[in-house]
Amino acid sequence: MLQQFPEAEWDEAAGAIIAPLGQALAVAEWLLGQGVDYCSNVTGVDYLEREVKEKVTGEDGKMETVTRTIPSRMDVVYHLYSMQKQTGPLVLKQRTNREQPQVQSLTPVWRSCELQEREVYDLFGVDFTGHPDQRRILMWDEFEGHPMRKDYTEPFDYEWEPTPHNEILDKHHRGKVIV
Amino acid sequence: MSNATATAPNYELIQRDGLDTGLLEISMGPHHPSTHGVFRMDVKLDGETVVDLQPVFGYLHRNHEKLAENMSYLSSMPFTDRLDYFNSMTNNWAYALAAEQLIEIEIPERAEYLRVIMSELTRLVNHVSLVGFFVNDLGALGTPLLYAFREREKILDLFEQASGARMMCNYFRFGGLRNDVPEGWLDRAREVVDRFPKFLDEYEKLLCENEIILSRTQGVGNLSKELAISAGITGPMLRASGESYDIRKVDRYGIYDRFQFRVPYSEGDVGDCYDRFMVRMLEMRESIGILKQALDGIEDGPVLGNAPKVFKPKPAEAYGRIEAPKGELGFYLIADGTPKPYRFRVRPPSFINLTVLRDMCLGQKVADAVIILGSIDIVLGEVDR
Amino acid sequence: MTTPNTSPGIDLDDTTRAELERAGVIVSKVDYLYNWARGGSVWPLTFGLACCAIEMIASATSRFDISRFGSEVFRPTPRQADLMIVSGTVTKKMAPQVVRIYNQMPEPKWVIAMGACAISGGPFKQGYNVLKGIDRYIPVDVYLPGCPPRPEAVLQSLNYLQEKIRTQDIKSDPAFTVGRRQYPVPEFTGTDLEPPYNPEVWQPPANPNAQPLEEATA
Ligand code: SF4
Repeated sequence: MLQQFPEAEWDEAAGAIIAPLGQALAVAEWLLGQGVDYCSNVTGVDYLEREVKEKVTGEDGKMETVTRTIPSRMDVVYHLYSMQKQTGPLVLKQRTNREQPQVQSLTPVWRSCELQEREVYDLFGVDFTGHPDQRRILMWDEFEGHPMRKDYTEPFDYEWEPTPHNEILDKHHRGKVIV
Repeated sequence: MSNATATAPNYELIQRDGLDTGLLEISMGPHHPSTHGVFRMDVKLDGETVVDLQPVFGYLHRNHEKLAENMSYLSSMPFTDRLDYFNSMTNNWAYALAAEQLIEIEIPERAEYLRVIMSELTRLVNHVSLVGFFVNDLGALGTPLLYAFREREKILDLFEQASGARMMCNYFRFGGLRNDVPEGWLDRAREVVDRFPKFLDEYEKLLCENEIILSRTQGVGNLSKELAISAGITGPMLRASGESYDIRKVDRYGIYDRFQFRVPYSEGDVGDCYDRFMVRMLEMRESIGILKQALDGIEDGPVLGNAPKVFKPKPAEAYGRIEAPKGELGFYLIADGTPKPYRFRVRPPSFINLTVLRDMCLGQKVADAVIILGSIDIVLGEVDR
Repeated sequence: MTTPNTSPGIDLDDTTRAELERAGVIVSKVDYLYNWARGGSVWPLTFGLACCAIEMIASATSRFDISRFGSEVFRPTPRQADLMIVSGTVTKKMAPQVVRIYNQMPEPKWVIAMGACAISGGPFKQGYNVLKGIDRYIPVDVYLPGCPPRPEAVLQSLNYLQEKIRTQDIKSDPAFTVGRRQYPVPEFTGTDLEPPYNPEVWQPPANPNAQPLEEATA
């Protein structure tokens, strides 16, 4: 696979292949030819921009803390299996930006993406080029915004209350053991 | 077509036999007795024949995924019960399976056996109610449902004794089960299992060669094997189309490799409503076989492994899937090192099985569209989440 | 059997009543008879929203048998139904339809809010698409808590409803005097339903902990 598409990356931590930009359809078609005939799961993942503190060993051998900013991004994740060979899963990712997310639709290759890509479009706002019927699926048509994004804020409701879990998490951050 | 929400009728005139007739556009649902909940189909009819069908989702979109991303891992467990509310046990298992990939936990032997027992009982519950609803959709109003629910109640009693709740069991934990089954439970379960084939005989005698059922379901809603595979159809529906793909055999999750069972599938390449109905009938027999083996093999022991008090996995991704009664139920979790999942995704089998609803209904009568929907076996809690 | 004197306003002592009954005369009030009859034949709407609907169906099956209380006739069309059991989560997308169905039901009509979700949003209360209680749009007669309530509880809520029906006064009850009650159907907007609740039916209770609106939204 990596030989066929030299630009594809292997994401070790996630165990996933990241399809090169704009080539996802070609990758998918090639995979289909290899017997990967069943696309199980399609979903989006929204990564906000965040800062991580890392301890690195500097040149002089001293440990120092560096703050690194991980840029925001949007992933569309495909879980692929082969029914003929009964193998899998193979995780394929398409990576795009958050502001104007746009990826290639894989519906022409696997029909099962049809509804799921519509769902990703609805909840994450990812634009799938080549999707036959891209409309909102779960929310109503007039709805604005994409509720599964991490920075989505709900309309104000006087009944809003913090979940009990927030408190548990706070306690956890402060180092208290919870059961 | 009670309470079809009115949409502006679109009368494109068609000439046939010298008559000007129009296409009739009706919207079945979201409140319709045969849509199994709040599903809606926008159907375009030429006379009685379906010429177009658009499923409309979202009437039960309960934001399961968003809620789960805001709470700790274990607190999502009761929410998974409510996904496919017929099969809370299998939902629990799929979620536990995904979470157990994130953290190393050993699952005790007895828990594994009980998991298999619970999930096969769930399969019986689901298929038995499906048969009831399906025959209900065929027009036998009420009565078959009463029979189906009679069987269901017996199994729900077992669930209640084990977990304290009839439907929303919330019984699985990461690394095992919440508690052991009470004393004498296994004997009662065996009694229920031993009696079950008798009821199945009754169904088969009444339904499987029933003239009306045969003529209404055979050749209706055909689904070819190629389309089924490409559209990601799983579960009994895929096997009715001729592909014997069963995750219990492929992944061998849990301890399914220890049991002898066959995977019923249709040999022809038709995949009509009758095949889907029959595959489920046969699957129940196999489930009974598994249950008997599991009840024989189970031994005493603990039911909860060394699960950590705070479930806080290292950053990783996991996808766990099982063969739920409706198809492949998967959970995709992304951990980021906090006690909350960063991304929580459910791969709902009945949602994806609906991809081909339009293909199966085109050219059929509108009354058959109802049966086709019934034979897919959807539960709206899972379709919309 | 002597009919108990449940008809206030008619002062007959029990002996006279028994004597009359032996002669084939039952003295009662129209209200009592009428309410007794319709209380015993409430026809619910076949209307399932979510998980709770399954327990509602279970209450109609042979083990629990809702027909003992005269309500086994589930009608699929709202035009023939008296009782709407809102069984399950009402999402914002579904809420207009629920109100519309309610509007189509003829008087007298009743509503049972079944399950935590229909009462307040239940476990899914924090969801962006979940309505926090159907009583924001239509009046509810019986609240039936549980997640899901057991079928026995469904039967009990029906009993409560029958009790309520028995105390209705035909002359003054709005069901008979006002005509068919209809409530405005909420509209979809970009983020929420408009209006978020029907002030005629429901008002937000005073919440001592609530922040002022500007502060909370800022
Ligand atoms: S109250 Fe519980 S069982 Fe009923 S619809 Fe809501 S989540 Fe489902």
